[in-house]
Amino acid sequence: MSKRIDINDLNIYYGSFHAVKDVSMVIEPKSVTAFIGPSGCGKSTFLRTLNRMHEVVPGGRVEGDVLMDGRNLYSRDVDPVDVRREVGMVFQRPNPFPTMSIKENVLAGLRLNSKRMSSSTADELCERALRGANLWSEVKDRLDRPGSGLSGGQQQRLCIARAIAVQPEVILMDEPCSALDPISTLAVEDLIHELKSDYTVVIVTHNMQQAARVSDRTGFFNLEATGKPGHLVEMDDTQRIFNNPGKKATEDYISGRFG
Amino acid sequence: MSMTSDRGARPGRRRTVRRPGDITFHGAALASGLTILAILAGVAIFLVVEAAPVLTADPEELTAGGFGRYVLPLIAGTVIASVIAMVVATPVAVGIALFISHYAHRRVGTSVGFVVDLLAAVPSVVFGMWGWQVLAPRMVPLYRWLEANLGFIPVFGSASSTGRTLMTASLVLAVMILPIITSVSREVFLQTPRLHEEAALALGATKWEMIRTAVLPFGMPGVIGGTMLGLGRALGETMAVAIILSPGVFTWVLIDSGNSTIPAEIALNFPEASGLRLSELIGAGLVLFLITLAVNLLARWVVARRADFSGAN
Ligand SMILES: Nc1ncnc2c1ncn2[C@@H]1O[C@H](COP(=O)(O)OP(=O)(O)O)[C@@H](O)[C@H]1O
Ligand SMILES: [Mg+2]
Repeated sequence: MSKRIDINDLNIYYGSFHAVKDVSMVIEPKSVTAFIGPSGCGKSTFLRTLNRMHEVVPGGRVEGDVLMDGRNLYSRDVDPVDVRREVGMVFQRPNPFPTMSIKENVLAGLRLNSKRMSSSTADELCERALRGANLWSEVKDRLDRPGSGLSGGQQQRLCIARAIAVQPEVILMDEPCSALDPISTLAVEDLIHELKSDYTVVIVTHNMQQAARVSDRTGFFNLEATGKPGHLVEMDDTQRIFNNPGKKATEDYISGRFG
Repeated sequence: MSMTSDRGARPGRRRTVRRPGDITFHGAALASGLTILAILAGVAIFLVVEAAPVLTADPEELTAGGFGRYVLPLIAGTVIASVIAMVVATPVAVGIALFISHYAHRRVGTSVGFVVDLLAAVPSVVFGMWGWQVLAPRMVPLYRWLEANLGFIPVFGSASSTGRTLMTASLVLAVMILPIITSVSREVFLQTPRLHEEAALALGATKWEMIRTAVLPFGMPGVIGGTMLGLGRALGETMAVAIILSPGVFTWVLIDSGNSTIPAEIALNFPEASGLRLSELIGAGLVLFLITLAVNLLARWVVARRADFSGAN
């Protein structure tokens, strides 16, 4: 349940605005890949092209290929809805559905696939997803309470449970800890570590320590000037990026001598 | 100890500052609130006092040999017409609202919204005349068909030859309450947090599934609110019903003439009424007032019941 992603010469546009330029990279299965870089350099934009969520923005489009185990996500016969069922996403701000209970939130994706499930199957899937998100013990007594009543960190793990409940191949996370306190952040980071044994995980973070802690590979994005497109400066093993980067720009950014 | 001395040292700290603007606004808000309550109480008192003679009067002197027997068929007519209007209008209104908020191009959506809002500007007399002259005759073939094919169901038992029936009135009411339900629904649908729409889409929801998962549940309290506003309008609507309906005694058959509603009954009889008859009509008005009040309380209760899940927390 995890796939390799090959990105070839990807260019991303919002209408006529060229947001990200010429990105090529390989994302290995069963690993955590982190993207770092100054804000506005197109990390989120790029991440969202991996499940075609950028198309939700009017005018959002790409040129180039994203191959998931060899299948091009952007070929004509691919439905973005199917892509998103395979590539789950966790957002910057926890966004459990406010009108749903914790359990309904976890099962929301499964219900979409409109399989009828027995209530025992539902319970089982719910428990498995919540355990997978390290949340089960904290919420097992209040599965019918609203998800929005949880703490921020719990909400974010609920969102992760919701994403893994549909058993995707890949999980994308866009700054999943930026709205969380340090303790909740640690809980989510631990979880990311565990997730990579089953999934391909791609995470955007503005926190370099976090990238160093959780990821196997790190890509550094930058932009030459505001209004110019962002681009991938380099991508390498996380160890190398933080200890011995190949490019001066990376070193400057890592060591805080940026801008 | 230290607290006491502290307090003594800065006596002014514990008093909240009262700015003139705050005081003025507070006063104005309070006054308007009290005014509304006073008006409401005034109306209620007027209705109760004026209707009181009916309760003590000899039943023989009343129109139908008793106030209950007089007003119950009217209540039935009113509620049936309003509920049909609501049931017909709500899905259409929600559909239009979704079209405007989530499907149509912005320009198209705005024009559709404008046209629907225009509908709200049409005076109810005009709706009444339209229902009488235009809609009613065109409904006759449908009523005949219903009688022929579904006549075994009591409500379609016999068909009117003029089309001036409670069903026609209900449909006109549906058109009349469409704009308010549409515009309230549209506003709440537009306010669905982007975050929740994206959450649904990222789970692999199609557009419709996204709407079902994120937009409709989020907008539900608003839709209920809009529907209740519409229901309130339908319950109280006078002119359109009075013009369209050829009123008569209560019947379960909705596609034949007969039936009446409280507002229509009052409007048609009030000018010539006096004495006990007047009290009777005012009593009917009191009943309508209570029904409307109950509908509003029910709506509040429905909305509040799911407050935990509203996302407001
Ligand atoms: N919905 C959008 N419409 C138009 N431009 C956008 C949109 N979202 C992001 N952008 C632009 O794309 C560029 C990259 O943004 P983003 O991907 O959010 O950067 P990051 O996540 O690295 O901070 C920015 O210049 C931003 O203004
Ligand atoms: Mg971002």
